[in-house]
Amino acid sequence: MKRVHSTAMDINEENLQLDFSDASETGPVLPVDRRQFLKLVGGGIVVCFTIPSSLAIQEGERRRGGGQELPQDFNTFLKIGEDGRVTGFTGKIEMGQGAMTSLAQMLADELDVPLESVNMVMGDTDLCPWDRGTFGSMTTRFFGPPFRAAAAEAKAVLIELAAERWGIAKNQLRTKDGTVYDVSGQKKATYAELTKGQKITRHVKGAALETSRDFTIVGNPLPRRDAVEKVTGTAKYAGDMREPGLLHARILRPPAHDSKLVHVDTSAVREIGGAEVVQDGDMIAVLHQYPDMAELALAKIKSQYDRPPATVDDKTIFDHLLKVAPAGETVAEGGNLAEGKKGAHNVVEAAYLNSYVSHAPIEPHTALAKIEGGKATIWASTQTPFGLKDAAASLLGVPAQNVRVITPYVGGGFGGKSNNQQALEAVRLAKLTGKPVQVGWTRAEEFFYDTFRPAAVVKINAGITDSGQISFWDYAVYFAGARGAAHFYDIPHHRTVAYGSGWTGVPGSHPFATGPWRAPANNTNTFARESHIDMLAVKAGMDPVEFRLKNLKDKRMRRVLQAVAEKFGWTPAKGPSSRGYGVACGIDAGTYVAHMAEVEVNKTTGHVQVKRVFCAQEMGLCINPEGATLQMEGSITMGLGYALAEEVRFKGGEILDSNFDTYNIPRFSWLPEIETVILDAKDSPAQGGGEPAIICMGAVIANAVFDATGARLLQLPMTPERILGALARG
Amino acid sequence: GKAVSLAVEPARPLLWVLRYDLGLTATKYGCGGGLCGACTVIIDRQAVRSCLLNMKAVAGKEVTTLEGLAQNGELRPLQKAFVKHDALQCGYCTPGMLMNAYGLLLKNPSPSRSEIIEQMEGNLCRCGAHTRIIRAIQAAAEARGGAQ
Repeated sequence: MKRVHSTAMDINEENLQLDFSDASETGPVLPVDRRQFLKLVGGGIVVCFTIPSSLAIQEGERRRGGGQELPQDFNTFLKIGEDGRVTGFTGKIEMGQGAMTSLAQMLADELDVPLESVNMVMGDTDLCPWDRGTFGSMTTRFFGPPFRAAAAEAKAVLIELAAERWGIAKNQLRTKDGTVYDVSGQKKATYAELTKGQKITRHVKGAALETSRDFTIVGNPLPRRDAVEKVTGTAKYAGDMREPGLLHARILRPPAHDSKLVHVDTSAVREIGGAEVVQDGDMIAVLHQYPDMAELALAKIKSQYDRPPATVDDKTIFDHLLKVAPAGETVAEGGNLAEGKKGAHNVVEAAYLNSYVSHAPIEPHTALAKIEGGKATIWASTQTPFGLKDAAASLLGVPAQNVRVITPYVGGGFGGKSNNQQALEAVRLAKLTGKPVQVGWTRAEEFFYDTFRPAAVVKINAGITDSGQISFWDYAVYFAGARGAAHFYDIPHHRTVAYGSGWTGVPGSHPFATGPWRAPANNTNTFARESHIDMLAVKAGMDPVEFRLKNLKDKRMRRVLQAVAEKFGWTPAKGPSSRGYGVACGIDAGTYVAHMAEVEVNKTTGHVQVKRVFCAQEMGLCINPEGATLQMEGSITMGLGYALAEEVRFKGGEILDSNFDTYNIPRFSWLPEIETVILDAKDSPAQGGGEPAIICMGAVIANAVFDATGARLLQLPMTPERILGALARG
Repeated sequence: GKAVSLAVEPARPLLWVLRYDLGLTATKYGCGGGLCGACTVIIDRQAVRSCLLNMKAVAGKEVTTLEGLAQNGELRPLQKAFVKHDALQCGYCTPGMLMNAYGLLLKNPSPSRSEIIEQMEGNLCRCGAHTRIIRAIQAAAEARGGAQ
């Protein structure tokens, strides 16, 4: 397989899906000054992580407009307190993906302490090391290694302290259960005893980890550490934060994107006692002590907008996108397509479509901002607390260290909570009113301002030889992005080109904001590729699993495919076999997945009931198999939505879906039987786990629908209407 | 539960009075239209959507929110089952899931799988914890004969 073009220097948003390493970008950003920081974290042993003059620093400087020498010693990764308790610091946030548990697990393992003695501080920009954001399944892959290295360094400090205290050589000392002891069994001290009265700060310059070690805690399935808080209602989200004098804001919104306010009358707001109108440029907001009263007050405003004529809607968008597509970028290439075409016995050409899809986390975007004495504190539901810190500082015109972002639990993100619009609105209103302000979007605002997964088109032309070898593969993806576009089959002549390769589109492409959505681009690309492979298998007269294996040399992919086939009980048959079986496989965030599904299609109503979904996943070292399994089950369940029902309806900049009555996300009755297998690969580096298992859901169901009915669905979602249409076409 | 006396506009939704006037933040806003179930509470042994219910309708009634589910710090079997089966991820829909399931178990201490699915259908979870939630409700029903 040819890799996607990427250079380490080119760390822009669009390339996040590629080969960059979070470890090399633990930024040099100083959260607070040194004394302040040490006061905040208290005494004990503090381990920081310093990346020597690296791309990260250049990048950090570039991000800040450059020039100044930035401090490099405040990326504190962990602290062992004088009570022996361990605190891990990470700029990552907890939005359900389980990092709070898996990161604590890594620390406990590396430090030889019981898991119970580890606390995690997450997403607090004054306390935690700089971080680009929680997305891209990067926490374990890229934050994990330096985090573990910091723990190894802390352990080395404890051993040094014990060696000094006892006058025993370090190599005679061992650690276990939060204690250091000597091999002869004479001496023993807890970490708390060793740490007491110490103020030691250490800097790690590169992850010198033992390549293989016997994990005692890593690799064990552990239940979520946040579960008790979440089942008792004590878990706090941004909307649960309170400050004295807090006002709740509702903001006047246009009926469609790109509309202009031409008339507004706020005089009737005064009928609502306690309501206050704030107008600042294009922003008109109503503030009240209670959000429901602010809502009533907002409804009193009379407004009129000029809307541009709608030139595109959810039906015409695909033609529009093809028309405005910029020049393509070659993602992967090999052999000679003309040569491959000559050798083709059978050729299959098709175009695949998918609609805009919403993130629709159950927690809408929410934030509370407070400005006191020139310092702003923001509690926000965000996947990018450090990005918010910079954006808020620039909005307020203050240095970045005057802004602190605290991230409570985030009620689901899926890529949709990276923009921070709601938090910047709260900051702006807090500044205008001089009071703490909370902005909690309504569900309608959530749909309106969501950065949707882009609508996209994939065109594939491919052929097979008379012996069932894929002879050429010509692949073009428009507007989804390049992640997952390159195939992994054994094809001599191939080319993969991405047009409009970023998920934010190009000017004039999407009529509203788009952005990364769980496994960005890969859902679109895997749907197209794996559907097409199935069509080639039919042309070859072969079972779709046998056809894949015949055209696949990649050992990891063969292994997951064979594993899922065994678990599922797949027996070879030419499609359509009428069994309703489907298969699909893919690679995301370094992880290999293969899915099999069984569906039942009601040919009268067009309704698809997914009976079973099995998934085998190879993700290298798996830190917490329980957490990884939850992510796989969640991905499979969430993926039913974009496969079968989810699509945003719109007319120009007007979003027609504003709530869950018309925008359908998966419900209990949709549930298939789900089985997951994580293949043992603990000697390979840990790969991503939050996204991979969602990428096959479109194709595995489309292929199963074909197997059940002989009808091929080329557009997602596969609504009953589209199923009936495909059945009618035969 | 505790009796509280409040002077509020009768038309105000229970959800916001719980969250702001009473500081009981476990009950969540998700959609404002009774479409997601995140705001579910128990009134008269029935699971209801607090975003659609005004204060006039709840005056004099006993309202149970998630804060009132554990008794003297001891988790209910249903809560324990959610922890044990990892029946949550981001946790934002969890209060509504628990209260809706609790309402179900009050009515029907031993629901079948299809009865659970039918009763939980209006509660949305975006993380995809559904499989675990069903398992946890079944386990809670088995463990203690429902919510008793």
